[in-house]
Amino acid sequence: MIKNISNLGDAALYCDFGSEVNKEINSKVIRYFKSIQKENIDGINNLTPSYNKLIISFDLRKKNFQMIKKLIENLNITNDDELETNRIKIPVCCDENFSLDIKRLEEKLKITRDKIYEKFFGKEFFCYMTGFIAGMPFLGDLENELQAKRLETPRVKVPKGSVGLTEQFANVYTFESPGGWNIIGNTPQVIFDSTNENNPNLINPGDVVTFEQITKEQYYNNNE
Amino acid sequence: MNKNYFEIKRAGINTTFQDQGRGNLYHIGIPFSGAMDNRNFQISNKLVGNEVNFPIIEFAYQGPLLKYFGENINFAITGDVKFIIRKKKNTIEGKCYQSFALENGDELDIISTNKSVYGYLAVSGEFDVNYQWSSCSVNTKANIGANNGKKIEDGQKIYILNINKNLSDKKLNYINTKIENIRVIQGTNFDYFSDEGKKIFFEKEFVISKLSDRMGMRLEGPKIENIVDTNIKSEGLLKGVIQVPADGNPIIMLSDHGTIGGYPKIGVVISADYDKLVQLTPGSKIKFKKVELADAETLFKLYDLETQNLISQIL
Repeated sequence: MIKNISNLGDAALYCDFGSEVNKEINSKVIRYFKSIQKENIDGINNLTPSYNKLIISFDLRKKNFQMIKKLIENLNITNDDELETNRIKIPVCCDENFSLDIKRLEEKLKITRDKIYEKFFGKEFFCYMTGFIAGMPFLGDLENELQAKRLETPRVKVPKGSVGLTEQFANVYTFESPGGWNIIGNTPQVIFDSTNENNPNLINPGDVVTFEQITKEQYYNNNE
Repeated sequence: MNKNYFEIKRAGINTTFQDQGRGNLYHIGIPFSGAMDNRNFQISNKLVGNEVNFPIIEFAYQGPLLKYFGENINFAITGDVKFIIRKKKNTIEGKCYQSFALENGDELDIISTNKSVYGYLAVSGEFDVNYQWSSCSVNTKANIGANNGKKIEDGQKIYILNINKNLSDKKLNYINTKIENIRVIQGTNFDYFSDEGKKIFFEKEFVISKLSDRMGMRLEGPKIENIVDTNIKSEGLLKGVIQVPADGNPIIMLSDHGTIGGYPKIGVVISADYDKLVQLTPGSKIKFKKVELADAETLFKLYDLETQNLISQIL
């Protein structure tokens, strides 16, 4: 299923699953990721699944590229039906103070904000990967009519909880960070909790996420 | 109540608790972190009789000024660092790679690193820190690790537990060497760059920019031309990966890097050269030298043996 395995530097395997971004390829990546994770292989010290790649880092004191490559090539991979999928609902408030880029989106997409919300809320999005900053989920796919480029000049500070759109993806800023996604609202839901060491991320690769619009009142009640 | 502590009179520029870092969290979005210069981190601990992976204080450029209260303790500083110990009656000029004693009321003034970035302070005891995912390493971006994931600040107190009562003087003869040639393995997007761009990468000098920190090192120099696409589909990063964004200036990922990135990877710094790379100050000139995987593996083995050898010389 892996199209090609090469080395990324001297302490990582670069597993290439293809060049397209779609659920099918990404599910393969996630299946490999979960299977390798389960094996608990001594010397492997990080796995980074992304849209269509899986990077496996190892401790060069214990293992080398050829050893890990052989292990991965001979691994039994979990079948489709064994993949766990959590369904998660994320409340989002689109009050003016939160929907920082809604006007920009109206102009770029040439549809009204109501239409944007209609096409966004209640739809199921698949979590391709998490990362960049801790716990940030990359969710897709947005309908064609919602696909916009990122901001020409990224914001220096995107507020924590911001829900952003770019191309076919949506994400949530798990804490304040620089960023260039089009912000349409904010969630009071905690997406990343570093004090929960066993399960810091609310959303994990393979999960299905639905956003639900809430009022300002509900937002602040939720925050209490 | 613990009675042994440092009072921070001046925190310094970027002073944090670090240890060996935390693994197996890239998929969550959390990088390794940990001491930038692993060799100097381990040696500092050994010089005060600790296990090599005990928490230490890492500082960059200007270090902290600490006033000590409590029973006698030893400390050691590694790197290339200027520091003094102010006692009641006299002032002692400090030396790296050597343990010194601190008594109640003494001040340790870590003035600055010389021609390097990071220095390490270890004490013959345990800093009273909290751990997340088995590591105290501070990641200020995600606020993970000791000290609520923040830099050490002016006025705060740092407590020390379990002071080793058998204080003995320790010393190591070692001088940090600098490197100008950074050895790299070709990256997975090497062919995104023009023949001229590839040539520039391996032949021309690059200057380390001031916009460098624990997350990344930015370089300036001749532009590296991309002939395929200035973006790739976002994918994992590692420390040492060299990305080239649209402006043609390379960025090297360092220990606190974002876990995912969307710029083409032209190369990866070999593991053997990482500790030396991070010590290069802004304005330093570097060149990249191409090596093959097998050579990189051998070079790391040698580097690691040398580190183990240095550690075993400290008795």
